[in-house]
Amino acid sequence: MLLSILVALPLVGALLLLLIPNRDGSRDGLMRTAALAISLAVFALTLLMWARFDASSPEFQLVERYAWIPAFGIDYSVGVDGISLLLVVLTGFLTPIALLSSWGSVERKVKEFSIFVLLLEAAMIGVFIALDLFLFYVFWDAMLIPMYFLIGIWGYDQRIYAAVKFILYTMAGSVLMLVAILGLAYLHSVANGNYSFDLLRLYELEIDPRTQFWFFLAFALAFAIKVPLFPFHTWLPDAHVQAPTAGSVILAGVLLKMGTYGFVRFAFPLFPDAATYFAPWLALLAVIGIIYGALVAMVQPDMKKLVAYSSVSHLGFVVLGICAMNVQGVQGAVYQMLAHGVSTGGLFLVVGMLSDRRHTRLISEFGGLKKVMPRLTAAFLIITLASIGLPGLNGFVGEFLIMLGAFRWDARFVVAACLGVILSAVYMLWMFQRVYYGDVTHEENTTLADLRPREWAGVAPIVAMSIAMGVFPTFFLRPMEPAVTRMVERVQASQPLRVRNEMQNAKCKMHTGCSGGVGVKVAATSTP
Amino acid sequence: MLNSSFDAIVPMLCVTAGALVVMLAEAWRNRDERMPLGVLGIIALVFAGVAMGLLWDRNTTGFNVIVADNFGLFVSIVLVIVGILTILFSSQVVDRDGIPAGEYYALVLFAITGMIMMAMANDLLVIFVALEILSLAVYVLTGIRRESVAGTEGAFKYFLLGSFSSAFFLYGVAFTYGITGSTRLDRVGSYLAAQSMSDNPMILLALGLLLVGFAFKISAVPFHMWTPDAYEGAPAVVTGFMSTGVKAAAFAAFARVFLASFEPFSADWAPLIWAVSAATMIVGTVVGVAQSSLKRMLAYSSIAHGGYLLVGLVAANQVGKAAILFYLLAYAVTNLAAFGVIALVGTRDRDNDSLRDYAGLWHTHPALAALMTVALLSLGGFPPTAGFIAKWYIISAAVSAGYYGLAIIAMLTSVISVFFYLRIVVMMYMADREVATVPAPVSRAGMTALAMAIVAIFYLGILPTRVLDLAAESIATIF
Repeated sequence: MLLSILVALPLVGALLLLLIPNRDGSRDGLMRTAALAISLAVFALTLLMWARFDASSPEFQLVERYAWIPAFGIDYSVGVDGISLLLVVLTGFLTPIALLSSWGSVERKVKEFSIFVLLLEAAMIGVFIALDLFLFYVFWDAMLIPMYFLIGIWGYDQRIYAAVKFILYTMAGSVLMLVAILGLAYLHSVANGNYSFDLLRLYELEIDPRTQFWFFLAFALAFAIKVPLFPFHTWLPDAHVQAPTAGSVILAGVLLKMGTYGFVRFAFPLFPDAATYFAPWLALLAVIGIIYGALVAMVQPDMKKLVAYSSVSHLGFVVLGICAMNVQGVQGAVYQMLAHGVSTGGLFLVVGMLSDRRHTRLISEFGGLKKVMPRLTAAFLIITLASIGLPGLNGFVGEFLIMLGAFRWDARFVVAACLGVILSAVYMLWMFQRVYYGDVTHEENTTLADLRPREWAGVAPIVAMSIAMGVFPTFFLRPMEPAVTRMVERVQASQPLRVRNEMQNAKCKMHTGCSGGVGVKVAATSTP
Repeated sequence: MLNSSFDAIVPMLCVTAGALVVMLAEAWRNRDERMPLGVLGIIALVFAGVAMGLLWDRNTTGFNVIVADNFGLFVSIVLVIVGILTILFSSQVVDRDGIPAGEYYALVLFAITGMIMMAMANDLLVIFVALEILSLAVYVLTGIRRESVAGTEGAFKYFLLGSFSSAFFLYGVAFTYGITGSTRLDRVGSYLAAQSMSDNPMILLALGLLLVGFAFKISAVPFHMWTPDAYEGAPAVVTGFMSTGVKAAAFAAFARVFLASFEPFSADWAPLIWAVSAATMIVGTVVGVAQSSLKRMLAYSSIAHGGYLLVGLVAANQVGKAAILFYLLAYAVTNLAAFGVIALVGTRDRDNDSLRDYAGLWHTHPALAALMTVALLSLGGFPPTAGFIAKWYIISAAVSAGYYGLAIIAMLTSVISVFFYLRIVVMMYMADREVATVPAPVSRAGMTALAMAIVAIFYLGILPTRVLDLAAESIATIF
């Protein structure tokens, strides 16, 4: 029941808020408090879920399954394993912080804003816990609508362009995934006689490599757009810059993780042969994204756009870790997902505070803020260092594990990726220096207020998490290890087949007499 | 031949009786007396619906040419729903625009009679008669606002092109009779299955002519040219009625003729309908993007939805046939909701259907804006609405029949169509209210209809199992 309550609670909350009339805005305070209370309740429930989770088991836990459309084998089935557990907790963690940050900046239509954030939270949790491909797709598409409204109504000057670009781009990728999902269900019906969208059953399905090739591409496209992987990243800078602060925090903190989560949960384990074939290419795109994102971030005059491109860069690391397909790499990737969520959420939070005060995001408009707002500076420094990957903070653990795993797979990618680490230090620290150090260059900046209590309440948990995840990584790594190991085994289980075939082909090429019989020989040895 | 019974035509008789009573009431009405003609219509439709429910699973036939099997009854129930929603939306429009009420409601009811007959017909000539009944009523309804130039032009274009297509259809019927010796669908089907007539050019000619007739009625490319003008000229309620009811009836007859009788020749007509379907989806979406009038935009969207329905026809497997039925229901409630909102936003002098008129509607009519958004999201195929389940069902039919290319075209055009649906949402929510004319407050009947439609959209979107099963059962009777 717990997982269904996690999804239902924000939905019910949103419906209740809908029924309270607030045309003249007199009940704004009530709306804000109610929404915050609901999101905090959801966060508490996610912690309860974590407490009930058995960290030593690789199985899906807290599973609920109800028949939904039996004629098609569609069930309402949800569950968490080590990979999705902490992502759900991250969602519960970031939503109250995002809501808190909006108290100062969102003045119009507060009721509708709160409703959309709650609907978004329900959809996000649903994406991470869905074990049925149809249910996953429903939540995946449903998540686009509230985000579209959040950007389009409460965003900045180019918000409509950004919102439409966001929704069309993401939807274009996911519709091809729908065709692939239907294809999978059909293949299941051919093999076993009945349609099924259940993930665990589809993991067991034997799909021939040619079909895997196309299905993997369909899934990979949808997820690559969401990650965002170069060159499908062009929606991100616009969406991030134009979204209101709360929207950016949620977008960067949680929504982007869905792409990488999709790779780990669906694309790689469902189509292991295709995944192994495409992994070098995906890793290449990831590494290009790391360096390209970093270089473009360096020349941005707008702080939010800089952080947006830094997201492209950091999530390239995550994809690299996934492509390595070993336990260190994937564990590092999942850990980096969490760390990036916390630290980039924090970055957008603080940038949002600056832009609320001065109504500008340009770096040149600031300068010497350390003298005026020392506490804000300190918080931003810690978050920046976490984002760069300084040892002792959360970014380091993830990046280190990723590079360790990737090095064991293919060292060339790591060499290029390390360049990205250096570059990220360059652009982040340079931005930090220009905004906070030096003399106060603009008159308006001298009267800016330091962190208010409400803002402290949002920033402090993020700073605490950045430090905690950096100093006690095992606490967060332990729940995910069995599930990651199981997933890596699943992908690698098909590799011996390919390796055996290749060895057989190589042997046959040496003996000239088996040009015709290669096929027969391979078939004989490859039957399990 | 099953028991020939009077029961099979009872639903049609109910609606016809309703229409006649409305006509008589109008004739006896004093000049300024107000009569609840719409209520009479709804009562007749409710009776017809109850009769259809009682006929379920009984598989009765009437006079050998009307067959009240589950397939026909499913479509007829959809038509009854369409009719009730139309009449509920009409009441405000009829008063506001000064449309002659008696004629209007009588024509709507006669059109529904024709549609029900078309859905339940077992004979090509009866299909033709039904086609004419519904077409004539709809031609007049299109031009019922006599002062409107656009209305008259749309009605005339519709009438002219429609007459041509009916003639083509009749010619096809004549050829079919010439080859098979009968116009009864079951006799035609058994004759074609028994003889291997694959090299007879007359059959292909008959197929082509019938295809033209049907394609016109469902606005398939390249027979769609009348649709934007007719839909734009007609009052919005009539457009909603036309786009849903006529399509439903036409698809029912289309499915019966092609998937049951002409099924042995599917190798011949399937590629043809594949091409028509792909062209319809692409043209409907791409040209729709360029429109600035809401009614024209939704007209092209209707064309595109006809294309999606044709995908189910191409797939021609059990899933595809059931998917067509479900899609017709989902599309009917969704499209009527959208056109209902357009009807309620208009005024007597201006249709108020350009995009600019919807700017900031959220601020003045938040409920209307929200309901319009749900209808548009359903048309775009977003979960958790009826439109999503319907699209998914049709695409799964295409995938399981192996038509991956068509499935991909369908999904990609779906994404493009989201663009012009979202444009309306953007206008309603994200623009400032700057229009001079404020639409009148929405009547209770209109709000009831909208509420019913939205509940149906969410019900079909979240708990579709019951209706999906019903649709799957319905096709077992004829295919």
